[in-house]
Formats: sequence, C-alpha cells, structure tokens
Amino acid sequence: MYRYDEIDQRLVDERVRQFRGQTERFLVGKLSEEEFRALRLRNGLYIQRYAPMLRIAIPYGLLSTRQLRKLAEITRRYDRGYGHFSTRQNMQLNWPKLEQVPDILAELATVQMHAIQTSGNSFRNITTDHFAGVARDEIIDSFVWCEIIRQWSTFHPEFSFLPRKFKFALNGARSDRAAVAVHDIGLHVVKDERGEIGFKVLVGGGLGRTPMIGVVIREFLPWRHLLTYVEAILRVYNRYGRRDNIHKARIKILVKERGADKFREEVEAEWAQIKDGPATLIPEEVERIAARFTRPAYEHLSDLDLDGIAVPGFGTWVKRNVHPHKVPGYAAVTLSLKKTGVPPGDVTAEQMDAVADLADRYSFGELRVSHEQNLVLADVRQSDLLTVWREARQLGLATPNLGLLTNIIACPGGDFCALANAKSIPVAEAIQRRFDDLDYLHDIGELDLNISGCMNACGHHHVGHIGILGVDKNGEEWYQIEVGGNQGEIRPGVKAALGKVIGPSFARAQVPDVVERLIECYLERRDSEAERFVDVVHRIGIEPFKERVYGSADQAAARRHRERAVA
Amino acid sequence: MAALIKRRRVVTESEPSPEQKVIRLEPTDDPATVADQLAGATRVEVNFPKFGDGRGFSIGRLLRERYGYKGELRAVGHITRDHLFFMESVGFDAFELREGEDPHEALAGFDDFSESYQASPLRPQPLFRRRVQ
Repeated sequence: MYRYDEIDQRLVDERVRQFRGQTERFLVGKLSEEEFRALRLRNGLYIQRYAPMLRIAIPYGLLSTRQLRKLAEITRRYDRGYGHFSTRQNMQLNWPKLEQVPDILAELATVQMHAIQTSGNSFRNITTDHFAGVARDEIIDSFVWCEIIRQWSTFHPEFSFLPRKFKFALNGARSDRAAVAVHDIGLHVVKDERGEIGFKVLVGGGLGRTPMIGVVIREFLPWRHLLTYVEAILRVYNRYGRRDNIHKARIKILVKERGADKFREEVEAEWAQIKDGPATLIPEEVERIAARFTRPAYEHLSDLDLDGIAVPGFGTWVKRNVHPHKVPGYAAVTLSLKKTGVPPGDVTAEQMDAVADLADRYSFGELRVSHEQNLVLADVRQSDLLTVWREARQLGLATPNLGLLTNIIACPGGDFCALANAKSIPVAEAIQRRFDDLDYLHDIGELDLNISGCMNACGHHHVGHIGILGVDKNGEEWYQIEVGGNQGEIRPGVKAALGKVIGPSFARAQVPDVVERLIECYLERRDSEAERFVDVVHRIGIEPFKERVYGSADQAAARRHRERAVA
Repeated sequence: MAALIKRRRVVTESEPSPEQKVIRLEPTDDPATVADQLAGATRVEVNFPKFGDGRGFSIGRLLRERYGYKGELRAVGHITRDHLFFMESVGFDAFELREGEDPHEALAGFDDFSESYQASPLRPQPLFRRRVQ
C-alpha cells in the first residue's frame, strides 16, 4: 500500500476544501450549471437518472482494509448500503446527495482516498494488472510506476482541461492483464538486451463509440524519459485534439486523422524539446516511491500440493479463482463479485466489512479491485486457502467462474445510468441463469462475456470474446452481439482485438438463446479443449457463428422473403 | 468592463495608449509564429473562449519556457477563480475575469493548492527534484 506523505495528504485535503467551496458557490448561484458541471465531474460527481453518482478513485485498484471499511461506512451513512466496483477499478455510489458530497470527500481524505479526476475531461485513474507485485511473470512492480504517474497527472497545471477524458494503463508483466491496447495511452514494460527497463508506448486505443486498438508509437522508451514522453503526447493532444465535437475529441481520433506516423513525428518533435529536462525521472524518486509502499512480511514456506485436498468444490475453485504467486507457499485469490442474481461488481457494506476481515486475517490487510470487477486477496498462504474458500463461500464470494462465461463484465446500464440505451444487469443475470451448470461452463472453458448498456462501452463489450451492446430502436431495448473481441495478450496467441457484429440485434429475451447457439457452434468447431472460443473465432471467422444464429444465407433470404410477403 | 487581476492584485486599467503593442493569441494559434515579436510586446493575451478550453494552458507555458517571454501574459475570455491556480502555474500573471466574477473573492483561487507535483514555469523543478535538494 502506498502511504501518503505530508504533501500528498495536504493536496487531497486542499481538494476537499476547494470542492466544498465550489459546491457552495454553485448552490448560491455564483457558478453556472455548465461551469459547475466541469468542476464536479473532475471530482467524480455525475447527475444521474435517479440521483447523483459519485465515482471514488481506487488508484491502480489497490485498497487497504482500513479504506474498504471506510467505503462500507460511507455507503451506510450517505448511500444505500452498497457500492459498485467499475471496470476502471474504482467504486461508484449510486445514491449520494449533492450537498453531502464534500463531506464524503472529507471522509475519504481521512483514509488517503479521493475522487480526483475520476470523471470529466481529465487524466483519469490509472489502471494496471491486479496481480502486480505478486505475479510470477512480473518484470517490474507496476504499482510503483503507476504511483509515479498518479502524482504527475494529479492537478497537472497544463493538462487540467483536456479535450476529453484520458485513460492510462500500465502493464509490468509479460502477460498483458491491463488491456493496454484499449487505452488512450498504454504502457507495456520491456527489458532490453542490456537489462534496462523501459516501456513500449501505445497510443490511441479505446472503446466507446469508435473502438480502436492502440498503435505503437515507440518500441522502447527508457524509464527515465517516462514523464517527458507522456508530457509530449499530452501536449500534442491538448493543443490539437478536437474540441468541436465531443464524439471526436478522444486522442484516438487525432491519431487516426493525423495517421500514426505523422502523430509519432509530432510527438517525437515535441519530446526532442523537453527530453532530459527537469521532468526526467531520477533513480532517487523511483526508490522513494517504492519505499513508501508497505510490503507483506512473507514467511519462508514451500508450495503445497493442493490436489491432495479432496473436499468437493474446493478443487474447482482453486483451479479457477486461485492464481500462482511468485513467493513459495502463497497464492492470489480472486473473490468473485459475479454471483448469479447480483449485479456484476456490486458489493454490500456487510460484504465489504467481511472482506476487510478476511484480508486482515489472511492477506496482510490489503486487497485489489480487478478491472473485471472482482476483488483479489493477493497474498494468501496456501495453507489458508481451504479456510478462505469456506469463508468466502459463506459470503457469496466464491463463485468458481473466473475466466468463464458467467464472470460477466457489465456496466450499471439502464437500471442506473442516464446514458444507457438498455439495461445490462438483467441480461447478465439471464445468461448466468442459462449457464448455471458448472460442468458445462468448465467444458466451455475460458470465455470473456462483456455487456454494455450503450455505445459508450463501459462494459467493454468490444473486447469481450462475446460482446453484447444495448441499443435503442424506436424506444425499445435491443441487443447487438459481437464475437472475437479480446482484451489483450493474456496468453500468447490472439492479440488485443475488437469484436465483429454478427448481424441484426435481438430482443432481450432472445439473448441467452443466441449465446447458447454461439457456444454450440464453438464446441463443434474447436479442435481441442485448449482452443478457446476466441481462438476458434479468429481461426474460422465469424461466418459459421452467424449462420448458426441466423441460419444459412439461403435460410436468411427465405426469411426476408417471408417477412416481405407478410408486410 | 471585466475585472482585472495583475500579479495577484485587483487593478483598474487605464485607457490603452497607441504605442502599446499587444499580441493576442487564439487557442488555435501557434506561439512559434509570434516568437520574434515577443521582445517588443507590451503584453501577450491568450484567449480562453470557453470554461473548459485548455489549449491556452499549453500556449502560455510554451511562451514562457520555450520562447522565453518575460512580459505580461494575460488570460482573457471565460476566466473564473477556478482557473487561477493552474494559469498562474503555467506562467500567466494577469487575468481578465469573466463577467460577474468578483475579483476580490477570486483572489483566493490562487491558493487552491499550496504545492504542485509537476514542473511548470512557476516551479521550474518538479517536486521530486526539489525533495532531494
């Protein structure tokens, strides 16, 4: 856990004071609606369908139990006793009162938390690998680098009024668990032949209504130049990013309109002017930040043979929800927030307190929020796994579905969000109910299914192996289906990819049937159990899936003919 | 007449005299194009046409850091107290506030924050370098 120093704390306290003043000025009419909108958004405060929504930052997804208990307390005191973990590793409250938000921020500041730049046209919360610091394939500790960028991006005087939101992801391991290719800037760690650490720099990725995979503008950026290079990118974007049309204002549009090569040239030219300047990182700073992180005091243990524990259900959970740890005798445990019937990512105050107790007892008082909307206890002794599993099961947090079809990513959708065209949560639930047979789920194997309630794509549907998008047709909710998306190179093989739409959309009630047909098609076509759904889509294309869902071209023509005849 | 703050003081401006040389930059202007005129300028004005238009922040910083402009750098347009801390950091020292903004109350905006992580014209060394000095 990063511990604030006196200056970090002072800035957060000053932000609370500033926002309290802004809220008061708005309430007495000294700030216009438009002005206050820009100011409240950069404090995570939306005005939503039924009430305001407050998005609380969880920088790079890392939380202490003290912070989690504070979140629980806040949801009880100022909200309705539950919160929602988002795909940006943040927490959202759906029912706070506008006048009380400054008080909530003040409460958060007491545990080194805030809502700074969680929304609006600003540099957002940086996201990373939820197994940072414990993964066996890790090259650098992502958290340290994320914190360096967090500080650099907090209240940046030049970049506090960007054309649009700006999302940043950093991955410090060989596997990409941070989806770096679908961020405005994505950094992927690289170690060069001399052993020097640097980053591959991707720019212009993103989801939303114009989904794009980021382009590599630099294969290797030595770590010292991290901040000056990012500054060069941001300056080009701040000056030339479009501000005339909100839908064309993301950096991906600038990269596309300029062309990747021209954009790269501009960034490199800007960088040449500031390279080696004062913002060049120094080893002392990296060491200082690293030293402000608390580290678990691991015991000297050896790995256990967990297969030997013949308790029904336990083995399945270990297989799905337990991840190998770089320290012998430890493991990382994912607590699933994807129980059927519960909105994905939702957690009650009671669960938060209970998870905090679990983390205190079994994982050094820390936990992480994953971008797949689950919680991770990163440092559990293998000898404690059985107990943790039993306790997690009692809390409803042990659904053994990580990486499987029912581990659905979904946005809050039309049940809460003012932007949504359609509901997401009931669709997720209907699919989870349809696929409630665990053996069948495990047979299907790894499959990411993501649902967004509108084209803003908060549910990351473009990068789901199966992606579902809620659309509005004459005031009715319909759902478009994509296949073949992939969030990143989690395993060697299929790179980050955007899904392709299989055809016309469906009514909500049809969606589970369509998913079922897609799965049948996959099971028939896969060459082995190791070949995942997404691998098959990339090998054989979407046509066979389309045909399975809509019928063959002949059948489709016949159907159109019949429909015309009826019309 | 919009209220004016110069170097953190509320001032009233006398009528402009004809020999004043004022350069005015719009958000789309490239400060490089006026670099050779800066030495003779009475002041440079950078326009912020909308509350959320941040292009002028880069322009101001470039004028100070890259083109070495030392004279009055004035932010004009939709300026409120909520901009002042950031604008001062990137090198502005004069501010023509938007209609209706009380300049005396607005002065508090300069102290919204007492420190900054980043390097900027106001703080040429980033906090992490000042920490090790």
